[in-house]
Amino acid sequence: MTGTNLECAESASLARKIRVQAARMIHRAKSSHLGSAYSMADLLAVLYGRILRIDPRQPEAAERDRFVLSKGHACAALYAVLAERGFFPKEWLEDFYQDGARLAGHVTHVGVPGVEVSTGSLGHGLPIACGMALAGRRDGSGYRVFAMLSDGECDEGSTWEAALFAGHHRLDNLIAIVDYNKIQSLGTVKEVLDLEPFAEKWRAFGWGVWEIDGHDLTQIEETLMRVPAESNKPTCVMAHTVKGKGVSFMENNLLWHYRAPDREEMSKAMVELGVEE
Amino acid sequence: MRGAFFRALVEIAEQDERVHLVVGDLGFGVVEEFARRFPKRFLNAGVAEQNMTGIAAGLALSGKIVFTYSIANFPILRCLEQVRNDVCYHNTNVKIVAVGGGLAYGALGATHHATEDLAILRSLPRMTVVAPGDPVEAEAATRAVTAHAGPCYLRLGRAGEGKVHQMPIDFVLGKAIEMRRGRDLTLISTGGMLGTAMQTADLLQAADVQARVLSMHTVKPLDTTAIESAVRETGAIFTLEEHSVVGGLGGAVAEFLAENCEAPVVFKRFGLPSEFSSFIGSQEYIRARHGLAAEAVAHAIRAKLEKVEGLAAVAKV
Repeated sequence: MTGTNLECAESASLARKIRVQAARMIHRAKSSHLGSAYSMADLLAVLYGRILRIDPRQPEAAERDRFVLSKGHACAALYAVLAERGFFPKEWLEDFYQDGARLAGHVTHVGVPGVEVSTGSLGHGLPIACGMALAGRRDGSGYRVFAMLSDGECDEGSTWEAALFAGHHRLDNLIAIVDYNKIQSLGTVKEVLDLEPFAEKWRAFGWGVWEIDGHDLTQIEETLMRVPAESNKPTCVMAHTVKGKGVSFMENNLLWHYRAPDREEMSKAMVELGVEE
Repeated sequence: MRGAFFRALVEIAEQDERVHLVVGDLGFGVVEEFARRFPKRFLNAGVAEQNMTGIAAGLALSGKIVFTYSIANFPILRCLEQVRNDVCYHNTNVKIVAVGGGLAYGALGATHHATEDLAILRSLPRMTVVAPGDPVEAEAATRAVTAHAGPCYLRLGRAGEGKVHQMPIDFVLGKAIEMRRGRDLTLISTGGMLGTAMQTADLLQAADVQARVLSMHTVKPLDTTAIESAVRETGAIFTLEEHSVVGGLGGAVAEFLAENCEAPVVFKRFGLPSEFSSFIGSQEYIRARHGLAAEAVAHAIRAKLEKVEGLAAVAKV
């Protein structure tokens, strides 16, 4: 049974916590990429609340599902959900990206339970995820490998090398989630390097593809519960998202790829997120 | 060296189920036995070295010992960031094997000359850099990098080189092998120049100059103890490599000497100039054109020693 009101309320609550924590982290650190964190916040909430077979007490258990954050710049959201799930103390979030901190501004595995892979240079995550998926299959293990990709990093040739490989080898334990927020570093995806027909590209590379609303918690959960999309194929979940989703003045605005909210913006954002400061 | 590597790898894979081989669509005629005997541990990643290296890291993060294999610069420079971030930063058990180190593919032109690899790989944190001198060392090095926990780069020459070692060797990563005793100077060789180093020592011997020869099969970590002894006991150091003189064995030894020797040491690097070689021809031909034949090396060593002696004599007057 999926997508009941209760479960959606849980996911919504977790997504809200992710957004609140990420804003606080980026505000304190005066760092970047809040918009990128927000576009995948609902996806992360469902993954970490409902989908991934993981145990914070055994972050390296052999049979755990693997989650690879390939869009490492959006790591504030991942750190937030890992802390919420108890992989490490929430206090670690407080000095994110600051002098002497444990948590770096692009996702880093060193000393951080629950982080499988360090990324930050784009186009690295999917090849590594392919290796993990292949190992799982060759070992007869039942774990799945989920990789979260940005749309911008689908400019990288290495992403398509891996897409070709996974399709050829029919890695049906591999799920790529594309956070298709349609804004990359210097403009819209359409302006910079158009990826359309995007879903068709993945299909042509041998993947089963589902297109979903990446902010519809029920749809996200129902989709991820049913992977693989097609038997004997890797799955691409093309999640249509909104950069900066959740705070009106950040939504669909390239500025929030870079800007850290100031005090006034924080107050407005917290109101929109339902937090009383 | 290539044959020695694959023979050793098959034997190792028989003993250790973690060992995987991932190739970049190269190795015709040499990878088949491994692929046939261990089909579930063999993978042809296609002509896609970035993905090959990322996959290797992913396999290694899942408990495997993964050899990637290709030729010349393809498994290292094409995918250098994957080597740095995915392999080294995650401290994975990935062993990168490049056949055709140096000028082995000489006649194919400069795209196939792997002549900066030692410098570049040596600069990566956690990377162990190994360039065996002959098939005997190549076999031992294959076993040693398998046993070593962490990323390694294994630079092989080509197929069919003769053995330089005539006896079994004691091969330890990071420990040079003394090939020949000598008191007048030390010639330190890495990779496939080992045979040339031995011939050079023979030529010097004929001129009554006793050269110590060290096979520095591991460029990183460098055997500084052997270098210190060589400085103390022979006073003159010459390095020999089929690699740019920038940053490889000669660079590594120069760094150590400059920082650690109280008195000036007679020192010279033999290698390739930091240029794209325009000579087309066999490995031996291109080596010779760059002054890396034994006769030329021996001559240059004697000239250097005579110059130093001359300066010393002038200083005394």
